[in-house]
Amino acid sequence: MRHTTDSRQRHAGPAADQLPRLLPADSGTGPAGLGEHLARYGPLRSAGLSRPQREALIDEVDRSGLAGRGGAGFPAARKLAAVAAGHNPVVVANGTEGEPASCKDKVLLARSPQLVLDGAVLAAEIVGASQAVIVVHHSVREIVDAAAAERTQAGADRVRIRVMTAADRFVAGEASAVVHWIGDGVPTPTRKPPRISERGLGGRPTLVHNVETLAHLALIARYGAPWFRAVGTPAEPGSMLVTILGAVNEPCVCEIAIGTSVQETLSLAGGASAPLQALLLGGYYGSWVDLAAAQALPFSSEGLAVLGAGAGAGLIAALPQDACGLAETARVVRYLADESARQCGPCLFGLDAIAGELQRLAEGSTSDLSLLRRWLGQVDGRGACSHPDGAVGLVRSALDVFKPELGQHAQGWCRATRMANVLPVPPRRQP
Amino acid sequence: MTAGRRLLVDPIACDGRGLCAEILPELITLDDWGFPIIRDGDVPGQLTAEAREAVRVCPKLALRLERPPKASPRP
Amino acid sequence: MSVAAAAGSQGLWFVSRASGLVLLVLFSAVLVLGVAARTGAAPRQWPRFVSVELHRTLALFLVAFLALHVLTAILDPYVSIGWAATVLPFTSGYRTLAIGLGTLAVDLGGAVLLTSVARRHLGFRAWRAVHWLAYLSWPAAFAHSLTAGNDLGIWWVAVIEWGCAAAVTTAVLARLIAGIRHDTSSGPPAGQPSAAFERVTERERTHR
Repeated sequence: MRHTTDSRQRHAGPAADQLPRLLPADSGTGPAGLGEHLARYGPLRSAGLSRPQREALIDEVDRSGLAGRGGAGFPAARKLAAVAAGHNPVVVANGTEGEPASCKDKVLLARSPQLVLDGAVLAAEIVGASQAVIVVHHSVREIVDAAAAERTQAGADRVRIRVMTAADRFVAGEASAVVHWIGDGVPTPTRKPPRISERGLGGRPTLVHNVETLAHLALIARYGAPWFRAVGTPAEPGSMLVTILGAVNEPCVCEIAIGTSVQETLSLAGGASAPLQALLLGGYYGSWVDLAAAQALPFSSEGLAVLGAGAGAGLIAALPQDACGLAETARVVRYLADESARQCGPCLFGLDAIAGELQRLAEGSTSDLSLLRRWLGQVDGRGACSHPDGAVGLVRSALDVFKPELGQHAQGWCRATRMANVLPVPPRRQP
Repeated sequence: MTAGRRLLVDPIACDGRGLCAEILPELITLDDWGFPIIRDGDVPGQLTAEAREAVRVCPKLALRLERPPKASPRP
Repeated sequence: MSVAAAAGSQGLWFVSRASGLVLLVLFSAVLVLGVAARTGAAPRQWPRFVSVELHRTLALFLVAFLALHVLTAILDPYVSIGWAATVLPFTSGYRTLAIGLGTLAVDLGGAVLLTSVARRHLGFRAWRAVHWLAYLSWPAAFAHSLTAGNDLGIWWVAVIEWGCAAAVTTAVLARLIAGIRHDTSSGPPAGQPSAAFERVTERERTHR
């Protein structure tokens, strides 16, 4: 007897091809309360699952093809199975979203906190954990606290929910950094081995999932894998949240079917507000792509691979023609270098050197491109986390897409006229 | 029979002291900031002794010699 | 007491004093090398691992000479020190303070040595915390040599004693200065990171 069959017989739920799934359809601003949430989606009884039921759910998630929505895209079922095999596990719902340009997790928590909590509690029941810790940005802390309190009052959960505010640093969103933050109050990545799924929070097997992934999980448990796969692509099924910003008319967080064309996705944000030259896709660990080349491509990791890009954490930043891509990248990389956890030499010193050289390139001062490339090669893959790798990938894509600008800057001029910055970078924190 | 062994550095523990590169220059070079870049692949049989010494001498216990795990991406 | 027995006792006493002097030189060399390995101060052609390896090797020699030094003192029939005093400080009947200082040095140094042998199992932080005891062990050993030794009147013994003291003091000062200088540095230094790097990242270090 499958657990999901019960829910489906009692509540039809949203049609499989209907979007949005995670976000409310209306354009209100407040969170959906527990009653509203249950009216929309129906109940999800996850307390007291038997072992065959838990395994059946993991199978269902596997069939759904749900991949992590935090940027890495790791198959969710595999993580669930790995942690379920451990003893005394714990679940962490990661809503840190350290990426300054990305807002999807904050918006999801602000509008549909109950769905995320459903997923966190369900994941805990599946792996056999008695506690789920949800780490959220301070701006949505109150909303999530209230949502958790509502659930406690309703008394339907067996799993204990603990809400924590995330640390305010870029690398704080990395899985081991979140665990480190919860356990020791230090938001820095830790050495692997051991893997978090084997020894994480308090030495216990720990499941760390992005909050959006958990929201999808809560829907898969209700409506099944075929429902989930009704949108998206065969290789990357389902919907995803994207943050669209930059030179667009209505910067927003939208929910798209994976594989929607880049152009159509941009139109959800009201289309371009100025002629565009390039897009930054994925996040600050992502890649620049030329607009003309990217427009018709599906927004999915598979579809964007041809341009060396991916869907990443669902960011699309539109760069107008009157801005300088090298200058924007230099600012972001300076920020990434400053945000190093400062644990690994190649990241601490290498990113700093790369940021410096990139700044000289952007300003048009004498710079050494071959030295920059040498450093990119020396830094890539040599830290304890993927922070240096992400920064290197961003720089490499910039050197590729903004090659004409490289030539112009070397000759001492730039065609950019825009003074204001396009990509958001927090002010430099004083050491 | 030498089973494949890889020399790995823990980048968090490593402080760039450079002793490993002195002992095992065939496999370890230092980047522009003094941190070790270890050549990919297994340690050749004739260098196993030097590799073990590099592991022992590292003042930060940052080096380890291990058999490569089965190639499954980590969750 | 027969002449032979007296001569034997004199021999033990001599070996004890001689090995004590050698121990002081070895211990001082081990400490100076340890500081050199840590701060990177060494002749340019001197590979860094040489300081570390020499530090280890001399420390092991030190253990051998220590065994000799302690055994000849215990076995000497002229003085009653007793086996317990080899590990329990200030329990010797004969010259309690002087011998006790030596025992203290051995206890502290022994902890340093044992933790170094078991370094990989202990982990870096535990190992390093105990290793600091070396800075307490040497002064105890030096004070022991001043109070228990009788040979400072001999000019070259005095030269060796005070030479060792000068070398160790210089090394300790260098270590302190290196530590202070990197405490006050702001941001990553240009060039080789080494001791400075550890200082810069110390605050954010994990406890694992």
